[in-house]
Amino acid sequence: MAAVSQLQRQFIEYTTSLYNEGYLDDQYTQLQKLQDESNPDFVVEVVSLFFEDSEKLLNNLATALQQKIVDYKQVDSHVHQFKGSSSSIGAQRVTNVCIHFRNFCEEKNLDGCLRCLQQLKHEYIQVRNKLEGLFRLEQQILQAGGSVPMMESICTSASTMSSSGKLSA
Amino acid sequence: MSFIHLIGFVLKVGHFILMLCCSMSCLITSVEMKLNQSGKLWVKFVEIFTKYSSMINVHNYQHIGSRKLRKTWLKKLLILWIAFGTIVCLWIFWYLRSQALEKRKETLGNMCDERARMLQDQFNVSMNHVQAMSILISTFHHGKNPSAIDQETFAKYTERTAFERPLTSGVAYAVRVLHSEREQFEKQQGWTIKKMPLIKKDKYNPEELEPSPIQPEYAPVIFAQETVAHVISLDMFTGKEDRENVLRARALGKGVLTAPLDLVKSNRLGVILTFAVYNRDLPSNATQGERIKATDGYLGGVYDIRSLVEKLLQQLASKQTIYVNVYDTTNISNPISMYGTNVPDTGLEHVSPLNFGDPSRKHEMRCRFTQVPPWQILAISTSFGIFVITMLVGHIFHATVNRIAKVEDDYHEMSVLKKHAEDADLAKSQFLATVSHEIRTPMNGVLGMLDMLMDTVLDVTQQDYVRTAQASGKALVSLINAVLDQAKIESGKLELEAVHFELRAILDDVLSLFSGKSQEKGIELAAYVSDKVPETLIGDPGRFRQIITNLMGNSIKFTEKGHIFVTVHLQEEVMDTIDVESESSSKDTLSGLPVADRNRSWEVFRPMGQNAGPSESITLIISVEDTGVGIPLDAQNRIFTPFMQVGPSISRIHGGTGIGLSISKCLVNLMNGEIGFSSVPNIGSTFTFTAVFLNPNGQQVNGQSKSNSQFCNMLAVIVDQRPIRAEVSRYHIQPLGMHVKIVPSLTGMRSLLTKGSQTVHVVLVEEDIWDQDLSKSSAFVYKLRNLDHQVPPKLFLLTNSIGGPRQCNGFSSPPVITKPLRVNMLAGSLQRAMGGYKDNARNGEIPNLSKLLIGRKILVVDDNNVNLRVAAGALKKYGAEVTCADSGKKAISLLEPPHAFDACFMDIQMPEMDGFQATKMIRKTEHTINNRIQNGDLLLQDYAYISKWHVPILAMTADVIQATHEQCLRSGMDGYVSKPFEANQLYQEVSRFFL
Repeated sequence: MAAVSQLQRQFIEYTTSLYNEGYLDDQYTQLQKLQDESNPDFVVEVVSLFFEDSEKLLNNLATALQQKIVDYKQVDSHVHQFKGSSSSIGAQRVTNVCIHFRNFCEEKNLDGCLRCLQQLKHEYIQVRNKLEGLFRLEQQILQAGGSVPMMESICTSASTMSSSGKLSA
Repeated sequence: MSFIHLIGFVLKVGHFILMLCCSMSCLITSVEMKLNQSGKLWVKFVEIFTKYSSMINVHNYQHIGSRKLRKTWLKKLLILWIAFGTIVCLWIFWYLRSQALEKRKETLGNMCDERARMLQDQFNVSMNHVQAMSILISTFHHGKNPSAIDQETFAKYTERTAFERPLTSGVAYAVRVLHSEREQFEKQQGWTIKKMPLIKKDKYNPEELEPSPIQPEYAPVIFAQETVAHVISLDMFTGKEDRENVLRARALGKGVLTAPLDLVKSNRLGVILTFAVYNRDLPSNATQGERIKATDGYLGGVYDIRSLVEKLLQQLASKQTIYVNVYDTTNISNPISMYGTNVPDTGLEHVSPLNFGDPSRKHEMRCRFTQVPPWQILAISTSFGIFVITMLVGHIFHATVNRIAKVEDDYHEMSVLKKHAEDADLAKSQFLATVSHEIRTPMNGVLGMLDMLMDTVLDVTQQDYVRTAQASGKALVSLINAVLDQAKIESGKLELEAVHFELRAILDDVLSLFSGKSQEKGIELAAYVSDKVPETLIGDPGRFRQIITNLMGNSIKFTEKGHIFVTVHLQEEVMDTIDVESESSSKDTLSGLPVADRNRSWEVFRPMGQNAGPSESITLIISVEDTGVGIPLDAQNRIFTPFMQVGPSISRIHGGTGIGLSISKCLVNLMNGEIGFSSVPNIGSTFTFTAVFLNPNGQQVNGQSKSNSQFCNMLAVIVDQRPIRAEVSRYHIQPLGMHVKIVPSLTGMRSLLTKGSQTVHVVLVEEDIWDQDLSKSSAFVYKLRNLDHQVPPKLFLLTNSIGGPRQCNGFSSPPVITKPLRVNMLAGSLQRAMGGYKDNARNGEIPNLSKLLIGRKILVVDDNNVNLRVAAGALKKYGAEVTCADSGKKAISLLEPPHAFDACFMDIQMPEMDGFQATKMIRKTEHTINNRIQNGDLLLQDYAYISKWHVPILAMTADVIQATHEQCLRSGMDGYVSKPFEANQLYQEVSRFFL
């Protein structure tokens, strides 16, 4: 099972880097804790929901900002939605951009809004790629017959890794 | 006269201007008043429209527009006024000047006419006389034969009657001689008829004159006055003027005048008046032919006009003031000057006609003032004065307008600044709310993780680390809360609740909060509430608790030994006993250490009567007394300032931000109270505050109803030498229903026991008495055990600090009750000691959400799918059955009774219908259905036999300030939880409905 443990190590490193680089925050951990036997695909479900939602919102934002007369109220409500969903899954950097975005909205600063939209797209794509990568790794681990290590275990030590395996078995 | 008139006129003008000024100032003040009023209105408008920023802009433009409009309008008015003033003063100048001119003209006219009349009169007099002389000649020369007059007689006569003809310089008589008679005439006279000299020269020699040429008739002068004797023998027909004159005179029969001519010899300008002398008395209507025929001769008088006029003028005064010119204007185009010099034109001229009796000749007199009209000083000064006044008024007006504009500008600027300041304030609050939210969310994660970490297997060091981390995290959260509180108070968003609460329970809570610390430090912690304070009060327990906690927290921070003592009294009570207490209190304190005089801490409070509210309100006075380091005198005046601490070292030693007291002060003010303190360095501080609460039922008795039946009518004895401490102990024991006796020492206790009149059930001994003399104590224990007749009383030690089990003289020490005393804790200890101990659930156990939520049907409403899923997942985790709805409308339809939901979690910010609105609708539906069930319109069985529908609705929000408890309550919600869920808070809120 050397391959599994290597995959697991890779997974842990990858996840740690996601936390360290600020792509994800505590809320993602919370989300993972909500996943149990009765609800085995909870995280993936929620995250893909987030992807769908986000793509829709990004499209909406792009159209809203292309209007001749920009309805900042509408833009703001879209961004608010985005902020809510991103904070719910713990996509921290997206949330932060949303906060900036809302400030620009309040100022009715079109340039700022457009810049933020670019940034938002960028951050979103990044976090999507990262998460997809994460899920791929998970899949690989599962396929290899291993178990996905829990996030908590990353924080403490490798010794608890085996115990965390029980949870998501 | 005219001068007086002028003064009157000027006065009138002055009055008019004064009136104008008054009305102007009135206008200005009224304009100002209007401005003020409109200013207020504007302020109102601005306030009303603050929310609608777009409208503000429009409004501002309007404001600026109207201002500009009025400014130009006022400018126009000013220009108009100046123009008006200028016109008025020009008009006045013109009016005065023309009046003066008129006057001058009139004077000139009068003078001129007067002179002309006189001249004419005198001339006429002379003429009459000349005519009389012609008659004389006709009578005495022609009428008599031989003639009665010769040259000598004539000369003499005329000489002597010259005074009658003051204007004539001489008179001469020429006789009519026909050519046929010439020779005879010449012979008779002895001289030839001579021709008038043509060239008028200075030298006039009669001898050189040529004889007159042959003519049909001649008119040689035969008689002449002495002055004109040189004209004798000159033929009048030979002079052009004279000939015309003579012909006209004999044709008309009246005196005729020549044009002014240079006189022979004298060369002066003169006029010759000629009368014809007829040989008979002709009728007045005689024809010209008859007259010519009847002519005998001609009498001529020479008028020297210059001397004539001069003589005349000399007779009149003010000769110098006018120039007089006399003209012959028979030929109008070329008037001949008869008198006067050519003077420079002085402007004004008056012409008076002269009638010298010759209709064919016209004369006139022209008069002029010798001087040019003087400067019209009066007119100039008056009009200039008016001009100056106009300018001054204009200047005042202009200054006023400018001032108004400036004030308006300032006002506008101020209002903009005010708006900015308000915006900044709002931004600050928003910032604080956001920041606090942004900090709280991760902090909750940290704390939650630490909580979980605590539950894992950790060694001692790790546990210590975790505990420290947790404590720091909690401190941070409480600091954030404090800052948020401060922000809320400053922005006036903090509102106090008015709910029933038990004061004593709160004090007990706070005491237990600090009990750990006080026990660690060995400080005595005690609370005392006066019996007169009602059991339940209406007010804000949370905020009251916050104040007490703040004050006690400070006290405990700065106190190393001694005590901290909280007392609650009615204000009346304390104010009444203020004098009595002040003496004893200095010595007799809880721990025996001196304290700061607490009376001084409320010295500055308002007197009682002034803050009397409604009758059911009661004012409590609460003191927190400690024996800590005290506050240095120089720091005492700034301790209520936010973030001010005694010194920079304080925060390093004791922590804290220095915001607590300032918040407390604000809260006390909100409770209509005051806060004060007195502090003596190294002795201690006493903080006192008052707060107004409502008394729900007006009772003031300390109800014993709650007393625990188990301890009813038991007797407890407190052994304590300090009355105050004993009193506090009694206060805590009494609510249990026990009777309390106080004895000052163990000896006293023993005697009480030996007397044995009453069964003593419990004996409480203060630690210091116990430790005073351990042998005595052990003897006492022995005595107690061997009390003969009955069950020995239970013995307890009251102590401040946690110590190990005491061993003294071979037997274990009695059970210890650690202060601070609290009713619940006391009851538990006593129960345990008396054997009736039941293991109650430990207070403050870890919330077991799963127990609460398992099997519950919960509706979660959120427009954000992701959030919805997460919230649902979290609740499912705790075993709840979750239904999701993504809009307020769906929630309303789902929650229409009958339904099976136990609770609803609702997002506040949703498009279309927000959480508040949805909740209101749900409550409305519930209300109508409840009513109809009550009225029997609807069957109870259709509604699951529930007659009163009220589903608990909890708001979910990420925003702290927006989701005030009050706003939730107003829209019918039952509480709120933060998003994402936080286990503790969720438990707290949910437990209210599911326990």
